[in-house]
Amino acid sequence: MSAPIDVSLGQLAATLTLVAIAIAVSIWVHVDLERDIAVAVARSFIQLSAIGLVINAIFEEDRLVFVIALITAMVLFGALTARNRARKVPGAFWPLLVALATAGGLTLVLVVALGVFEPEPRFLVPVGGMVVGNAMTAAAVALNRLGDDMRASAPRIEATLALGATAAQAALPVMRSSLRSGMIPLVDSTKTTGLIFFPGTMVGMLLAGADPVEAVRLQLVLLWTLLGSVAIAALIATSLAYRNFFTPAHQLKDLPE
Amino acid sequence: MQPPLFELRDVTLSRVGEAVLHGVSADIPEGAACIAGPSGSGKSSLLRLLDRLVDPARGEVHYRGRDVRSYDVLALRRTVSLVPQLPALIEGTVADNIEFAARLAGRSPDVGFMLEHAGLDPSFADRDASRLSVGEQQRVMLARSLAQEPEVLLLDEPTSALDEQARASVEETLLRLRRELGLSYVLVTHDPEQAARMSDWVLRLALGGTRA
Repeated sequence: MSAPIDVSLGQLAATLTLVAIAIAVSIWVHVDLERDIAVAVARSFIQLSAIGLVINAIFEEDRLVFVIALITAMVLFGALTARNRARKVPGAFWPLLVALATAGGLTLVLVVALGVFEPEPRFLVPVGGMVVGNAMTAAAVALNRLGDDMRASAPRIEATLALGATAAQAALPVMRSSLRSGMIPLVDSTKTTGLIFFPGTMVGMLLAGADPVEAVRLQLVLLWTLLGSVAIAALIATSLAYRNFFTPAHQLKDLPE
Repeated sequence: MQPPLFELRDVTLSRVGEAVLHGVSADIPEGAACIAGPSGSGKSSLLRLLDRLVDPARGEVHYRGRDVRSYDVLALRRTVSLVPQLPALIEGTVADNIEFAARLAGRSPDVGFMLEHAGLDPSFADRDASRLSVGEQQRVMLARSLAQEPEVLLLDEPTSALDEQARASVEETLLRLRRELGLSYVLVTHDPEQAARMSDWVLRLALGGTRA
């Protein structure tokens, strides 16, 4: 087994060469992304450094209350970010907040209850971060689709309401397709993992010098955990958000385009 | 004295901030009634008010003497069944559509009989609803409303996508349902001849959503 990798600041700076290639491509082909690339690199450095310091402090304190505070902050920012991607859904913030909080909380409780991880900050912080991040993406994709499909299917939904169906019955086909949209990216990437790409945790562990079998097992634990949390998040987000398209009298609201 | 089937009292309706109907009052009687007028006069919007798919910004709508808002809205829509102008069937077969509508109203339908009622051959039952022509879909929409055994049918241009023969068949069906079952209907049409053929009473709307 080789020694765990220790990345120096010099090595970190050296990878900026690859960033320079990305900027050069952007300038050469006129894709107009050079500014965005520079901002992305700067933000990733600042944000990851900051979160690294926060996580370090939480690990040193070793108290669950700080873990809960960190996950709560992630849920809040996750819901705000996802709301921006689900602009066509009126009042999307609360459904997203409930979806992310439930997906994050329930998943962490389950993995601890099942004995997969110990209830310690060094496990809960990284797993919680991954769960909330993936749940946010899934919920945002699901609600983005919900917003588009509710408009496109408005005549069919209203025709179903006209038969005396409830809003939930009329919106069910749209909710199904939204939920599917939210879950499919992770399902597909889980199908192709190891064939087309190596997932991040496994790569990180291998680089850090871990045994490949151990790395694979941990990666599978995380992938399978994420499948559950993504399903919870997308289901809760769509189940709560569809209601905002209807009045209490099961009428489809007028929506601006 | 028997109240009218529907009563509109000074009804004003807006959609996305734009007024569609302005202070319309009318007593729509039991039987065969028509709402006629040019495109943009608010005919379809008025029909949607009658089964509470929308509520007026001002004024009241009554069904058999009671404000529509005092009814259970789902029960009202199964009693007063609206057939929209554009076909909008659920995914699945023709039979799935008819059975879905019937189940909502607590009925167990004879699918073939309902299709014949609407002027379609019973062999249509197993066909994929999305693969039918617009005219055929329009008649499936009528069949699924009939499967709910409503007291009143609200029909929004039900023959607009049909050829002469199919139009005559649907008109005959409606007149027969009226004759044999005592079913009342309110029919929206832009065709004055159809209004004259199909109704005992006509409400004419003018452009801008006022009573003509």
